[in-house]
Amino acid sequence: MNTNNLSVSLSPHMSHKDSVKSIMYTVVIALIPAFLVSVYFFGLDAIRVQALAVAACVFFEWLFQKFLIKGDNTIPDGSAILTGVLLAFNVPANLPWFIIVIGALVAIGIGKMSFGGLGKNPFNPALVGRVFLLISFPVQMTSWPKVQVLNFAMTDAATGATPLAIMKEGIANGEPVSKIINSMPTSYSDWMLGEMGGSLGEISALALILGGLYMLWKKVISFHTPVAVLGSIALFTGILHLVNPEIFAGPGFHLITGGVMLGAIYMATDMVTSPMTPKGMWIYGIGIGVITVLIRVWGAYPEGISFAILIMNGFVPLINRGMKPKLFGAKKEDK
Amino acid sequence: MAKTFPKGGVHPAENKLSAGVGIKEMPLPKQVVIPVSQHIGAPAKPVVKRGDVVKTGTLIAKSGGFVSANIHSPVSGKVKKIDNVMESGGFKKQSVIIDVDGDEWEDNIDRGDELNKDTGKSAEEIRNKIADSGIVGLGGATFPTHVKLSVPEGKTVDHIIINAVECEPYLTADHRVMLEKAHEIMVGTQLLMKGCGVEKAIIGIENNKPNAIKHLNEIAGEYNGISVEGLKVKYPQGGEKQLIKALLNREVPSGGLPLDVGCVVQNVGTAIAVYEAVQKNKPLIERVVTVTGKSVKEPANLLVRIGTPLSALIEESGGLPEDTGKVVNGGPMMGKAVPVLNVPVTKGTSGVLIFNKKESKRGYTHNCIRCARCVSVCPMGLEPVLLRNAAQAENWELLEDEHVMDCIECGSCSYTCPANVPLLDYIRLGKSTVSQIIRSRKN
Repeated sequence: MNTNNLSVSLSPHMSHKDSVKSIMYTVVIALIPAFLVSVYFFGLDAIRVQALAVAACVFFEWLFQKFLIKGDNTIPDGSAILTGVLLAFNVPANLPWFIIVIGALVAIGIGKMSFGGLGKNPFNPALVGRVFLLISFPVQMTSWPKVQVLNFAMTDAATGATPLAIMKEGIANGEPVSKIINSMPTSYSDWMLGEMGGSLGEISALALILGGLYMLWKKVISFHTPVAVLGSIALFTGILHLVNPEIFAGPGFHLITGGVMLGAIYMATDMVTSPMTPKGMWIYGIGIGVITVLIRVWGAYPEGISFAILIMNGFVPLINRGMKPKLFGAKKEDK
Repeated sequence: MAKTFPKGGVHPAENKLSAGVGIKEMPLPKQVVIPVSQHIGAPAKPVVKRGDVVKTGTLIAKSGGFVSANIHSPVSGKVKKIDNVMESGGFKKQSVIIDVDGDEWEDNIDRGDELNKDTGKSAEEIRNKIADSGIVGLGGATFPTHVKLSVPEGKTVDHIIINAVECEPYLTADHRVMLEKAHEIMVGTQLLMKGCGVEKAIIGIENNKPNAIKHLNEIAGEYNGISVEGLKVKYPQGGEKQLIKALLNREVPSGGLPLDVGCVVQNVGTAIAVYEAVQKNKPLIERVVTVTGKSVKEPANLLVRIGTPLSALIEESGGLPEDTGKVVNGGPMMGKAVPVLNVPVTKGTSGVLIFNKKESKRGYTHNCIRCARCVSVCPMGLEPVLLRNAAQAENWELLEDEHVMDCIECGSCSYTCPANVPLLDYIRLGKSTVSQIIRSRKN
């Protein structure tokens, strides 16, 4: 045989089977249970929003990559699809189509491609899109359709507030927390399964945790960030609740309602925009948890995790610089 | 819980295809090519000239300094010429080329098989014999063994560690010698202990070789001071710093040597070479080489004379497969891909690994997605992605500050990278540039 065409390259000559693509699709697969729950409670609207968001994100990714960055086609790496799925998860199921397209444009165009594409963006693209929409279209972004089991009629469903909004308003009106919770149409066990007002993908804590465990098993995320976010929220709200249970809701309420599970497990763990070392992840996660509670309890919005994640995204380069892994054989002065 | 090193590491598919194949002696080649630099340190100086007749075991090149090693003829025959010939790194190196004519050994070499357990020689005699016999580390780093055994003033050594980890996937040469030459390993280890004046030795073996662990444990009782330790399978446990950490929980300081924590690490094959040199007067002229790869017809462990071309080994294992894309001298994680197949086996050749065309290709390189897997697998606690970015930006000061010189080039970072970023390629560039800068600063 002709041996003049042997490849010569530096070691290592083997590679781990995981690729960017497999990581992205693992996250997408992990989101399937939560997606099914959204279809169960929001009907065809959930599919409509999901399909439109993914299609728009993929389209804008292709457009910017081809005409702005002028690089190789990046659609197959799956990151645009994932951004689309996450964007859809973060908006109400009855959002008008043009707002979804604008959200996709901002998420992909400003959140990601303007920095140079996948891996270069400092902020989570889906959250950039969501927060842009929340500020620009506050009415449409906070009118939540009421959950209706398996309703595929596509009729204009009635809207209702999220538990967080009900809580915020009730406390502002001086009602005690226990009374507000009792007055809500659904309770903790319903919320775990997803029966509450909210964004498309955030409603079922159970489905989100299930997907999170799948990602942990596939080693696509590490436990540090979610545990830090959820733990710090539980601790902070727990202390507040102990101080005065009448004006501060307890940790159970704060962990299950709103976007905390979605944020802690899927958005805060985005590899590109989160710290590199476990030490860094603890700081980052605790920062997210604390800011989330501050916004929820004292801020203008009932929900704060999106803002909290984006704010802590901004600190990631600093955290990476400060929280380095321990050097093997480090001398005293290096420590 | 089996012991291992705590930080980083990966676990590639082991693919130990030839683990069950006994060591086979390779027929003599027609011609051997013996580079005078087969070790770390100064090249040896040829002491033969064209037309000289040499026997198997005749000294043909003399150690060129303290950190250097003698080289002996692995065959008997006539020196054809001394010329620059391409070796496996792709560079031409001065080599002695010998036409083989029979196999007549030097008279003072004991070719008998009987085990000689007598370790009565003094430490100095042992070290001198090792130096005379041209023994270097057979694990792949090829550091001259007598230098490692010469403990400098002010340092104390309390452990010899025998590296029988063989953490590289595919390779099985060390595994086979443990099964087939266990007593020689034990005596060789005792000679090494005596050579640097220590009472204790540990043989570290990964748990994917249970029969070797069992076998060595069975006979360890006959030899004072030697214990056998099974280790959790994790690459790069065969790196000496990782091995010391795993076995003794001692951390070699950054920039330091195993000596700084009282250890001398020797490969298990080296222990056999030491046994043969000291007890049998046999210089290092042959070694066991694994020939392997998924497409190889008969993966084998061959006892090969130094200087034999890799192509002969491949022929012996069923010939070069049709779709071969890459041939590696060594293991898949740290071995060198060879440009041509007539490069010779040298003292550091532990394996010949054949990849098909598909396995030979690197994947498409994506943007780094900052997943930090390279950071978490780095056994030295470095940040490969940061080092790569700094090397790409030619920011040599940052590289030095970020301890690029501590990189052991194990390749765990490049192996694990989902974006197929050639991290280690850039880190090597950084390392070589920074080491030049450090050297020029000293001058």
